[in-house]
Amino acid sequence: MTQDDAGGSAPALRADRLGRRYGHVWGLRGCTLEVPAGAIAGLVGPNGAGKTTLLEMIIGLLEPTEGQVSVFGVTSRSHVAARLARVGYVAQDHPLYRDFSVADMFRLGRAMNPSWDQGLAQARMGALGIPLKRKVKTLSGGQRAQVSLTMALAKRAPLLVLDEPVSSLDPVARLEFMREVMASAADTGLTVVIASHVVSELERLCDWLIVLTGGRVQVAGPVDDLLAGHRLLTVPRATPDAELPGLPIHRTDSDRHSAVVVRADLALLAAHQRPGWQADPVGFEQLVMAYLQRRPQTAAADDTVPAAARPGLAAKEVTR
Amino acid sequence: MFRFRLDGASGVPPYLQLVHQVRQSLLLGYLQEGDRLPTVKEVAGDLAINPNTVVKAYRQLEHEGLSGGRPGQGTFITSTLSLPPPEAHQVLRAALERWLRAAGAAGLNDEAVTALIAVARHDMRKERV
Repeated sequence: MTQDDAGGSAPALRADRLGRRYGHVWGLRGCTLEVPAGAIAGLVGPNGAGKTTLLEMIIGLLEPTEGQVSVFGVTSRSHVAARLARVGYVAQDHPLYRDFSVADMFRLGRAMNPSWDQGLAQARMGALGIPLKRKVKTLSGGQRAQVSLTMALAKRAPLLVLDEPVSSLDPVARLEFMREVMASAADTGLTVVIASHVVSELERLCDWLIVLTGGRVQVAGPVDDLLAGHRLLTVPRATPDAELPGLPIHRTDSDRHSAVVVRADLALLAAHQRPGWQADPVGFEQLVMAYLQRRPQTAAADDTVPAAARPGLAAKEVTR
Repeated sequence: MFRFRLDGASGVPPYLQLVHQVRQSLLLGYLQEGDRLPTVKEVAGDLAINPNTVVKAYRQLEHEGLSGGRPGQGTFITSTLSLPPPEAHQVLRAALERWLRAAGAAGLNDEAVTALIAVARHDMRKERV
């Protein structure tokens, strides 16, 4: 798996038991996942969950402590330059040189990236009405974000990594930023990884989901499969977890009944029809919130029990 | 050009919202056979929505026989959806009015009627799946 796979078959992103330790604390550990080319992946997790650690290892800003990450088949330790050319990155705070003009920033981009597309950069600024001679410090937050995005897109990299790109923007600037990202993805088949806190906005943006809490991947996979593989069960309150047709992710107990989001075994579910039980489909936000609120001990137990030992588990989206 | 909209709070998956809008517009006559739908890029850039979602919606419309792609030209409406003839409407409406009167006589208020209809439709949809 360490061999470079330069063919078109390599996933856009692959992490294999990836981990990063800061002193005694693991910022991220045991992270195994894959994002296929052309996907738009949402990366969700609370602050400190390891999102930025993961992203910085993807873009090569941070070396893994263990495991490895590859971008279109190019692994971390080898070929750093080759890998960097494949990733465009927009950081949270849109770092640009304040005293530079937009044209200066583009000159810098051209000097640093052999594949720089000056025509694309200028055309985008024209379409957005941002004059090239304007100094960065005189631009609005939304305009600065657009310049950062343009810097990343003009690299012509097939993977675009966005770390909380819109958290500092007002709603209109956010929408405009994401419109540009989605139009670019439609245009070029770009693979995108977006870290975001705004779960409600992610549903329309991503077709792939990665939920990270406490430095661990809670769930990762195609959104459609994940939604199809989970149910919201309404059961009598006394029902123990072990009797549920699937792996309980999050449980809300009322006086007489409990609502449980389960990773369902659909065959088991069909055989489990009992009076007073109800199984409803889950929505995107509900699914994400269930994993974000999942109790850590559940997650730990999940890590130590082999998938095959748990009857309720749909095994395809867990680590391989 | 036809333009889609998206309601983030509706709970309906985005691709289904797009499909519903085309169906509804066909029923209301806002869309007609031969009309061109916006390109995937246009919809993605307009709504800030995942282009794969648009592709999925267009595939569904094609599957339903409502639209079709012409290579190099785009996606076009290929069918008309018309409401059932007015006579059928009148019959259904008369039956509905009878039912609503019966519901009122049984003590159901507007809210209860709406809830009952929603539950019944929900269950019927489930049976179909």
